Amino acid sequence: MIHFVVHEEGDGVGVVVVEGVKAGQDLVGWIMEDDKEIKMTARSDIPIGHKLALKDYKPGDTVIKYGVDIGKVVAPIARGEHTHVQNLKTKRW
Amino acid sequence: MDLSKATFRGYKRENGRVGVRNHVLILPVDDLSNAAAEAVANNIKGTIAIPHPYGRLQFGADLDLHFRTLIGTGCNPNVAAVVVICIEDGWAKKVADGIKTTGKPVSCFGIEQHGDHDTIMRASKAAKEYVQWASELNREERPLKDLWVSTKCGESDTTSGCGANPTVGNAFDKLYPHKVTLAFGETTELTGGEHLVAARCRNDEVRKKFQFMFDRYQAIIDKHKTSDLSDSQPTKGNIAGGLTTIEEKALGNIQKIGRKCMIDGVLDKHEEPTGPGLWFIDSSSAAAEMVTLCAAAGYTVHLFPTGQGNVIGNPILPVIKLCANPRTVRTMSEHVDVDVSGLLRKEMNPDQAGDKLLECMFRTANGRLTAAEALGHREFVLTRLYESA
Repeated sequence: MIHFVVHEEGDGVGVVVVEGVKAGQDLVGWIMEDDKEIKMTARSDIPIGHKLALKDYKPGDTVIKYGVDIGKVVAPIARGEHTHVQNLKTKRW
Repeated sequence: MDLSKATFRGYKRENGRVGVRNHVLILPVDDLSNAAAEAVANNIKGTIAIPHPYGRLQFGADLDLHFRTLIGTGCNPNVAAVVVICIEDGWAKKVADGIKTTGKPVSCFGIEQHGDHDTIMRASKAAKEYVQWASELNREERPLKDLWVSTKCGESDTTSGCGANPTVGNAFDKLYPHKVTLAFGETTELTGGEHLVAARCRNDEVRKKFQFMFDRYQAIIDKHKTSDLSDSQPTKGNIAGGLTTIEEKALGNIQKIGRKCMIDGVLDKHEEPTGPGLWFIDSSSAAAEMVTLCAAAGYTVHLFPTGQGNVIGNPILPVIKLCANPRTVRTMSEHVDVDVSGLLRKEMNPDQAGDKLLECMFRTANGRLTAAEALGHREFVLTRLYESA
């Protein structure tokens, strides 16, 4: 069963595609472009459609998704943690 | 899906364009004419009124866009005939004359010196003739290239970027070689991925025009911007769905133009494409505004991926909804025409998802009502460029 998807290898976040992911849960991810599976442990409860970090981040880091810059980290993020507006901001506006 | 001999059954219009619907439109030029237009549509069954709040004291480019959008809507081949109603005769005639260039039947009525009662009576008589005439028009088999297909996504979430939007991209990549006229837009919603769109432009001239449109829209945003654009770009719904930044939203958005199609031309908000291929339409990213502009540009079928469940429709342009978010498919099933949530469970591949969407597109073109049509979604929203005088 796939719990989260990653657009391509090298992306720093994955997208949860099932409902009810809880902190501590072991998750299976699918890297779509490369058709590979990876395993992660969730460190937060993560709603469907929301992102989890695939690595540790510190403020000022850039997050990559689709192989492209999607914004800057504004609060520390641990691998497996919910990544959203509380720790990631646009660089544009 | 082999599309080399694909056809659909549509209505061939006087100017050679082919529609997939057969509407008799009651078109108010201004807000004051809405009541009469709606009364006519109520009197004469099978007609459709498209009320809107604008048309008074607009001027310059904003007024030009207003007229061109109304005229474009009337010219759309999904419309068989049009009754135009305006507070006075002059602008009623101006809009009607614009639509008459297609050769379709058009009548116009001014309210001043008549009042609503007499206007409604005169306009209803014309509408009755049109609707009975239109009811005898028959669909005929037409080649795929006669179909004009636009796309725009709405209430997107992260499942849009990895499920529903790439499904549209797959469909566009399959349609493009068959000389279908395609469109996308949403200028601000390319922010963060504009370099990828620029790289897909057919040549430097197209690229320069795209960059001009993109920069022009960014200048408006820069002039008025607030933090995160006040939860409007990304929207509250996008954020609730897990999208965090405009860059992330944009990169998901541009999955809709597939991987192979090239951008063959760039259109301003009131322009019609002049040939087949993929066109970029400078436009708002608000769903109804953008779809209204697609209808005015002459598109006849619209592919609309959603994540969190945008419910939009259009009065004359069938809007096909597709969704890859299993929760939305479960909780809002009445709005979803094509369920591609299997993509994210690996139960379906992008090629199969694209085919499933195309199959629904052909059924829709042949006459099957979309969810939005069946539910009565007729959002008609005119784009404004600036304040009225």
